[in-house]
Amino acid sequence: MSDADETLDVAPTTFSPRAFRWQRRRASAADFWSRFRGDRLALLGLIVLLVFIVMAIAAPWISPKEGLSAVDSIDNPTWAPPGRGYPLGTDNLGRSVAAQFVWGSRVSLWVGLSATVLTIAIGAAVGVTAGFFGRWTDATLMRLTDWFLVIPFLPLAIVLASVLDRSLRNVVLVIAITSWPGTARLVRAQVLTVKQRLYVDRARALGANRAHVIRRHILPNVAPLILANLTLAVPISILTETTLAFLGLGDPTRASWGKTLEEAFNAGAISRNAWWYYVPAGAGIVMVVLAFTLVGRAIEEILDPRLREGGA
Amino acid sequence: MRARFVAGKVFGALGTFVFVLVFNFFLFRVVNDDPTGKLFRGRNLSQAQLDRRRQEFNLDGTKFEQFLAYLKQTVSGNLGDSFLSRRPVTTEIREALWPTIALVGTSTILSMLIGIMLGIAAGWRRRSKVDVGATSFAMFTYSVPDFWLGMVLLAFFAVRWPWFPTGGFEDAGSTATGLSALLDQAHHMALPCITLTLAYIGEYMIVMRSSLLDTVNEDFLQLARAKGLRDVAVRRRHAVPNALLPVVSLSALNFGYVLSGAIAVESIYSWPGIGQATLEAIRGPDFPMLQGLFLLFSASMIIANLAVDLLYGLLDPRVRGR
Repeated sequence: MSDADETLDVAPTTFSPRAFRWQRRRASAADFWSRFRGDRLALLGLIVLLVFIVMAIAAPWISPKEGLSAVDSIDNPTWAPPGRGYPLGTDNLGRSVAAQFVWGSRVSLWVGLSATVLTIAIGAAVGVTAGFFGRWTDATLMRLTDWFLVIPFLPLAIVLASVLDRSLRNVVLVIAITSWPGTARLVRAQVLTVKQRLYVDRARALGANRAHVIRRHILPNVAPLILANLTLAVPISILTETTLAFLGLGDPTRASWGKTLEEAFNAGAISRNAWWYYVPAGAGIVMVVLAFTLVGRAIEEILDPRLREGGA
Repeated sequence: MRARFVAGKVFGALGTFVFVLVFNFFLFRVVNDDPTGKLFRGRNLSQAQLDRRRQEFNLDGTKFEQFLAYLKQTVSGNLGDSFLSRRPVTTEIREALWPTIALVGTSTILSMLIGIMLGIAAGWRRRSKVDVGATSFAMFTYSVPDFWLGMVLLAFFAVRWPWFPTGGFEDAGSTATGLSALLDQAHHMALPCITLTLAYIGEYMIVMRSSLLDTVNEDFLQLARAKGLRDVAVRRRHAVPNALLPVVSLSALNFGYVLSGAIAVESIYSWPGIGQATLEAIRGPDFPMLQGLFLLFSASMIIANLAVDLLYGLLDPRVRGR
């Protein structure tokens, strides 16, 4: 990969392999950051993401949880437009829309990230196993992957979510089960090319066992691809969570952006012109998804030299 | 070896269909042992009624017996009766089919045409204003949940400025026939159709653009230019036809999504199609209906995939094998 030529101009001060390795990693991280910094849109995306992450973590301090409860909001005005006391107005039950927005960011980010990590984990495991072991393992796993690729994504998620109980954990599970095949194919293809490299032959000839080859040679070379794939898969997870919540298949006890949109729609926010009820949640989704896409594209471009020279 | 290529693809599709059949059983009978338990939570149904639903859904006997009963029923074209309407699932689906095909079919074709044209304009003049604008537009629409876009359009063009009806297939109690009925339906379809078209354009645009970018440096384009062809002719006669292949396969694949692609948007506009039916089945939950719908969605994807494979074989001789 690209870090080989970058390391040449870093003079190693010690020759202990460990120190050398760390130095090399530091150098490639610095190189990565300097390239990333050059992409203004990606930087903007990163800032937007950081703002939303801070908001999600700090939710209890920004907006008390009582604001979400219809019982605690019983004395509040209903359908109040944004104004004093209610920065984003209130809904049909008098609940603060701002509180729903702040707490909803938690679910969207959490489901988006954890579902993606699980998706990538399944996909990478299948891809590495299929690519590395080949033969019938490969044939079986790829057949399975192809079958899953053909099954339409959203209907499968809907059916799974309606058969399982409605909880956040199951939403994560549903997204992961429906979206791993793409990653599996991608990782397998990369493993197949890495496997052909001379250094793998060399390690084998020197007596390295399979576990060692996978851990030290295959995984490190597949990792960048997995990382780029990860950032680009988060938007899909977030959008799927939103859609499932909108269809009433999310966790009924948690405020999420999709659930806010569902409630706003069913309460008739549109015919009442109560834009403050459904615009913030939708705008939040658009911003987070766009931010992840911008960051993911930049990472992909940096890690894949082919894109850097020719591409988009 | 033309026949062998086709037969291989058809057999592959059949294999996938068998997998979907088994998977469907697995989803509704194994992931959740007794889905009817979930159905009647919080509802007053007598034991006799419950037993009838269980029997209808073939939930008695061992898993293997259940599987055989399911297989026998499904293969004979009987998908059971809907729990909600008590009518056969096949009838329910057939009635919802046409509105969805009309709506999603139209918007798929529209977004395909507009997306391809935008993609050509963007890819041919890379980094131009058109390119930057079209790419930003595509990235933006990709980030917008389609149903939220529908809500916003509804708020503007049906509530704020009531140019379009807020939903439904035709005016309530409409007795119009012939052309005026068709116009009325088109008027109702306009807003959901615009929503879906906007949501889909980006994908076609991006694929067309990057495919054209891959073609730009090909030798045959240099040759065409060296021959002295004008820019327009190079683009139209040499670049675009060669770059169109991935877009053709994307389009064919997306026709597999025609039935399942508008679940949330249909519910926003209360469009009486498959999406609306799916939403009602989720609310039930109406398991025979969900099971039938899932089978239908998967089958249309399998057919679309087969079409893509065969189309590729037809258009690209390299795939066909010698």
